[in-house]
Amino acid sequence: MTGRTAALRESVAPEAVRRALAGNKLQLGQIWFQALLMAALLVAVGVLVSLLIDVFDRGGAMLAERGVDFLTANTSSNPAIAGVGQGIFGSLLIVVFVLVFAFPVGIGAAIYIEEYARDTLLTRILNAAVRNLAGVPAIVYGLLGLAVFVIILTSVTGGRSVIAGGLTMAALVMPIVVITTAESLRAVPRSIREAGFGVGATKWQVIRHHVLPYAAPGILTGSILTLSRAFGETAPLVLAGGVLGGFATRPGLGAVETLQGPYTALPLIVFNWARQPSEEFRQLSAAAILVLLAIILLLNGAAIYLRSRFEKRW
Amino acid sequence: MLTLTDLRGSPARRRRERLIRSLFLGAAAVSLVISALIVFTLLGRALDFISRVDLADLISVGWLPRRGYFDIATIFAGTLVITAIGMVIATPLGLGAAIYLSEYASPRRRRVLKPIIELLAGIPSVVLGFYAIAFLAPTIVQPLCGSNSIFSMGAAGLGVGILITPLIASVAEDAMHAVPMSLREASYGLGARKRSTSLRVVLPAAVSGIVAALILGVSRGIGETMVVSIAAGAVGGSVFTVNPCLPGQTMTAAMTALATGSDQAQVGAELAVPSLFFVGLLLFAITLGLNLVSERFVRRVRKAY
Repeated sequence: MTGRTAALRESVAPEAVRRALAGNKLQLGQIWFQALLMAALLVAVGVLVSLLIDVFDRGGAMLAERGVDFLTANTSSNPAIAGVGQGIFGSLLIVVFVLVFAFPVGIGAAIYIEEYARDTLLTRILNAAVRNLAGVPAIVYGLLGLAVFVIILTSVTGGRSVIAGGLTMAALVMPIVVITTAESLRAVPRSIREAGFGVGATKWQVIRHHVLPYAAPGILTGSILTLSRAFGETAPLVLAGGVLGGFATRPGLGAVETLQGPYTALPLIVFNWARQPSEEFRQLSAAAILVLLAIILLLNGAAIYLRSRFEKRW
Repeated sequence: MLTLTDLRGSPARRRRERLIRSLFLGAAAVSLVISALIVFTLLGRALDFISRVDLADLISVGWLPRRGYFDIATIFAGTLVITAIGMVIATPLGLGAAIYLSEYASPRRRRVLKPIIELLAGIPSVVLGFYAIAFLAPTIVQPLCGSNSIFSMGAAGLGVGILITPLIASVAEDAMHAVPMSLREASYGLGARKRSTSLRVVLPAAVSGIVAALILGVSRGIGETMVVSIAAGAVGGSVFTVNPCLPGQTMTAAMTALATGSDQAQVGAELAVPSLFFVGLLLFAITLGLNLVSERFVRRVRKAY
């Protein structure tokens, strides 16, 4: 659209015509307005820069000095030896739950809504449910996790455990997966499907061999953004069991016991350290934020790159 | 003669198709299950709280759940103050950025600036919470208020404002982007300048989408948790206040405060955990209402163009 505005300006009003129409008066009002708009944008960008500088300023030196030790050490009340190893491990475990539960279910739901569902009452209710779930504040999912996964399903999840946190996070991001997937499916033109049906393919064959491959880059981009969201989301984990302490580390602990045991996650560590009044913990928190931001900016950057690389116009 | 049954394909193939279809239907039903679980757990436990609490405690000096004081007005006031500050920051910034990106920026600038706004939108709220308390509080809020405490609703409000700016910018930009070129061309044809065209033609044409963006911003601000939990203070609860220079408690922060258990349990503490769900139900109802209204506005844009 903006490209067309620019083109319009070029073609309809070349400089001489524009000047003849507008007169030689300096259009101060126009310039002020544009400057104001630019200022709004620059403030927004400036905040991002200032945030990065501030965090780097506080945490960069410590991160550089401690290096790998900070990334692998356990949380501790002694700032000199505290690290984010358990947080990274916990966040990765939670992401595994998102990958295993939220992605297949979310993508499947989107396929049903976009490809199979006819315009019935059920479909409309499904659509409304997904959209409303996407707008529910993260903390409410924490309450859901607390009530269902921590309290009711204690025998399965082990209470405030990795499983409870992972399932809560999976429930939180599932509607986002549905919405982004549905959007990419909708972008595949009808003609592709009709061509498939025309040569005798079944619905599933058309979806599997024609629709999904075309929608794949969009689904992938959405999935990466969703993962980055799962890495950074904190509030639901605060309610659904995340603790500062870290994992159960008795010797000979099996995988199931670990998953049913306590956990922490990278953003939870940031939260806990950020609330400590001492300057050492401020620096630790900033260093942990640098690790978190590195992961998130990397994921978001990859998604933005993928989108521009595979952007398709039909 | 060829009949419809011949064209249907083999029964095995059709059975497989039906199985796959029901698998996807099952996946879609999960979102219904989650919705129902949210509504029923919140309702059930909130009712449990209401039936057990002394209703006089719902209007008292403040929100101090572990002492049995559940003054709803306190956490409402905190939420409103912080969301209002956030909107005062985010509305001009978000709308300004949206108008610039949609109407003024050259395609090349837009290609650079839009991803930056998206990156800002991707910053986790816990990070903005840290920024609010470590940077915004001492450099902006404390000098303005002349206060000693780094915890304040003002700092939390600024953080929330930064958080919702990219949201407002991107939804409003989408709405202005959807305004047909012909309207702008007609405006230029009448001799209008860029500013008049943007403000008097594009903006009114996109007004539903812009209203939707603002409502979404409010809804996000009300539901925002981490910035408030870190920067607004009042870990153990708060007495009623609307002064942005003072620490305060919001609905969301009240929940994390209870869950992290950073205040001492005292008389009435057995109602503390059920009160979580009561506050959660209120929050859920408010944000759901706002989201539904904003969705209606968005649909109006889609219908128009």
